[in-house]
Amino acid sequence: MIPLEYLLTLSAILFALSVAGIFLNRKNVLLLLMCIELLLLAANFNFIAFSRYLGQLDGQIFVFFVLTVAAAESAIGLAIVVVLFRDRRTINVEQLNRLEG
Amino acid sequence: MSETLLLAIALLPLLAALLAALGGKAIGRAGAAAVTIGAVALSFIGSCVVMKDLVVDHAPSFNGTVYTWLISDGLHIQVGFLVDHLSALMMVVVTFVSLCVHVYTLGYMREDPGYQRFFAYICLFTFSMLMLVMSNNFMQLFFGWEAVGVVSYLLIGFWYTRPSAIFASLKAFLVNRVGDLGFLLGIAGVLYFTGSLDYQSVFAAAPAVAGKSVMLISGHPSSAMTLICICLFIGAMGKSAQMPLHVWLPDSMEGPTPISALIHAATMVTAGIFMVARMSPLFEYSQAALSFVLVIGASTAFFMGLLGIVATDIKRVIAYSTLSQLGYMTAGLGASAYSAAIFHLMTHAFFKALLFLAAGAVIIAMHHEQDMRKMGGLRRRMPVTYWTAMVGALALIGTPFFSGFFSKDALIELVHASHLHGAVYAYWCVLLSVFVTALYTFRMMFLTFHGPERLDHHAREHFHDVGWDMKGPLVALAIPSLLAGYTIGPVLFGGYFGDSIRVFPSQDVVGQLGREWAGSLHFALHAFVSLPLYIAAAGVLTAWVFVLQKPQWGDAVRQRLVLLNRILANKFYFDWFNEHVLVRATRALGTALWRGGDQAVIDGMAVNGSVGSIGRLAGVARQLQSGFLYSYAFWMIIGLAALLGWFLIRV
Repeated sequence: MIPLEYLLTLSAILFALSVAGIFLNRKNVLLLLMCIELLLLAANFNFIAFSRYLGQLDGQIFVFFVLTVAAAESAIGLAIVVVLFRDRRTINVEQLNRLEG
Repeated sequence: MSETLLLAIALLPLLAALLAALGGKAIGRAGAAAVTIGAVALSFIGSCVVMKDLVVDHAPSFNGTVYTWLISDGLHIQVGFLVDHLSALMMVVVTFVSLCVHVYTLGYMREDPGYQRFFAYICLFTFSMLMLVMSNNFMQLFFGWEAVGVVSYLLIGFWYTRPSAIFASLKAFLVNRVGDLGFLLGIAGVLYFTGSLDYQSVFAAAPAVAGKSVMLISGHPSSAMTLICICLFIGAMGKSAQMPLHVWLPDSMEGPTPISALIHAATMVTAGIFMVARMSPLFEYSQAALSFVLVIGASTAFFMGLLGIVATDIKRVIAYSTLSQLGYMTAGLGASAYSAAIFHLMTHAFFKALLFLAAGAVIIAMHHEQDMRKMGGLRRRMPVTYWTAMVGALALIGTPFFSGFFSKDALIELVHASHLHGAVYAYWCVLLSVFVTALYTFRMMFLTFHGPERLDHHAREHFHDVGWDMKGPLVALAIPSLLAGYTIGPVLFGGYFGDSIRVFPSQDVVGQLGREWAGSLHFALHAFVSLPLYIAAAGVLTAWVFVLQKPQWGDAVRQRLVLLNRILANKFYFDWFNEHVLVRATRALGTALWRGGDQAVIDGMAVNGSVGSIGRLAGVARQLQSGFLYSYAFWMIIGLAALLGWFLIRV
């Protein structure tokens, strides 16, 4: 059986990659959404790893819920991106700084 | 003597002043004059009745409270009257001179647009002065003191379109504030040591206070009574224009001449003399304070007289003469000769008001020309003014048989008899002032009334002698200027003042002189074998030679004594010192506090500084708010990591 440490390390690498993707990405909002998905997947990976390690199914059930929510979130996120593009004629992250004080 | 009568004496002028001031067109020019003159005349009659009650009927003096204004922690602040021989004398003098000046104003201010305002002011002044002299407590004394100061300010600046008048009124006000600070401290000292402001209880507590001392500088106790008396006297120095607080009085001549006569010669400036005489039960306990008073008074008498010699403005000559005569009175007070000082105050009020009103008549006749160098030979053109002014001048220089002689010669004798520190210096000062007084008085008389006419074309064309509304008061004042001196026997040596002035037997110079007293006629004849008369004669002779016989000698002397001439022309540099040292230092201090304290510390650091630092902090903090979602997410993750890290370390 694959030891827990391996799984957790993989999960951490995924998490770090997605975080780096979020704030290194200066171009596309779509990439942001994909990174968020990756973030959630890293969290899911943790759930599954511990579920297997502890021999309980609770974690795996939780992952289903998270996937559902993630799907809904992607749908809403994509919808927002479409509206954003109609409004600003761009989805370039560099130019989306209207929240600046 | 009833309370109603006293109230009427004091309040009628106030009522009239209000009517004249607020009546406006409804009361009119004639109405305002009639109301105020009527009220002052009634006050004068009332004062005479009070005088008669006290002197002829030997009624006891009145001391009572009329109204209690407030009671705070046992301190009663009241309006009350103390009318004894001292205040009755002052009331008669004040109301008489005031009445003369009111009548004189009819003619003097006839063409002035501020006619009604003027009457309202001088009537208000009469009220304030009466409140001052009739008071039976320090608070009311202070009220009267400040009220006469305010009216003086208003009247010096009466012609408010003239910058010089505004400057003079402000100067008078500010210099008086310096004196008033001392006066207020003195009153505070009285309250602190006796717990009361009422004259009777303060005087009763005086022996107990005399033993006390205060630590002004730690380790050096000073007598509490000396401190109180010197503080009170500083107030008198401001009001009575003693050196070095005299600088406002010559400038106050910017006001109309009637008020120069009433306020700045006869009555208000003598308030300080009156106050010190009233406080004689306190001053007697402090030899040091009396010495201080004596030296200040004698110095003022001599040095201010010197300035009269070089002045060319007729009113300024009389103003310096007033300073000098006030110095005589103050020197008398210092020698414990309070009654003689008050007696000189009375005679001086008559002859100095007379001289001022005569000068005013000359000024009106000359169409507001005040420079004596442009007068001359007016004796023939205005004989009544000339002869009355001559009476005033002879009284002023102390000619035997005139009123000024009795009071002034007595004062010189009394200063001579004093044994205080500085008495020898004071004696020489007052003796030499006799020469100076005679010199400047007759220089003025000769320049104005004798010699060739030096009138310019304008004055010659429009010259007109004044009417009887102005000559009348001159005559009315000439009579007491001639005769008031003969009351010296009863007033000085007959115990007229009784309990109102208290002198220790060891310092009682008046009593000593009284033992040799053999009647006023004998006193006048004795003058012919004593020094002052010949000194005065020498002064008159000098004036005659220099003004009428050899006018070119004056220029020669002026060229020889360049330094002295410059010192006198600059009035001993008092004004220079005040303007260049005191005023500049005060302004520099004010500017430093404004720039450093107000602008830099309070505005700069406290108000704008705190705002600025918050602004700068916010400027740094808003850099975090970039508007980029990824940056917000990044900071959230950093924060989460930090919190978790802290949590883990703690566990």
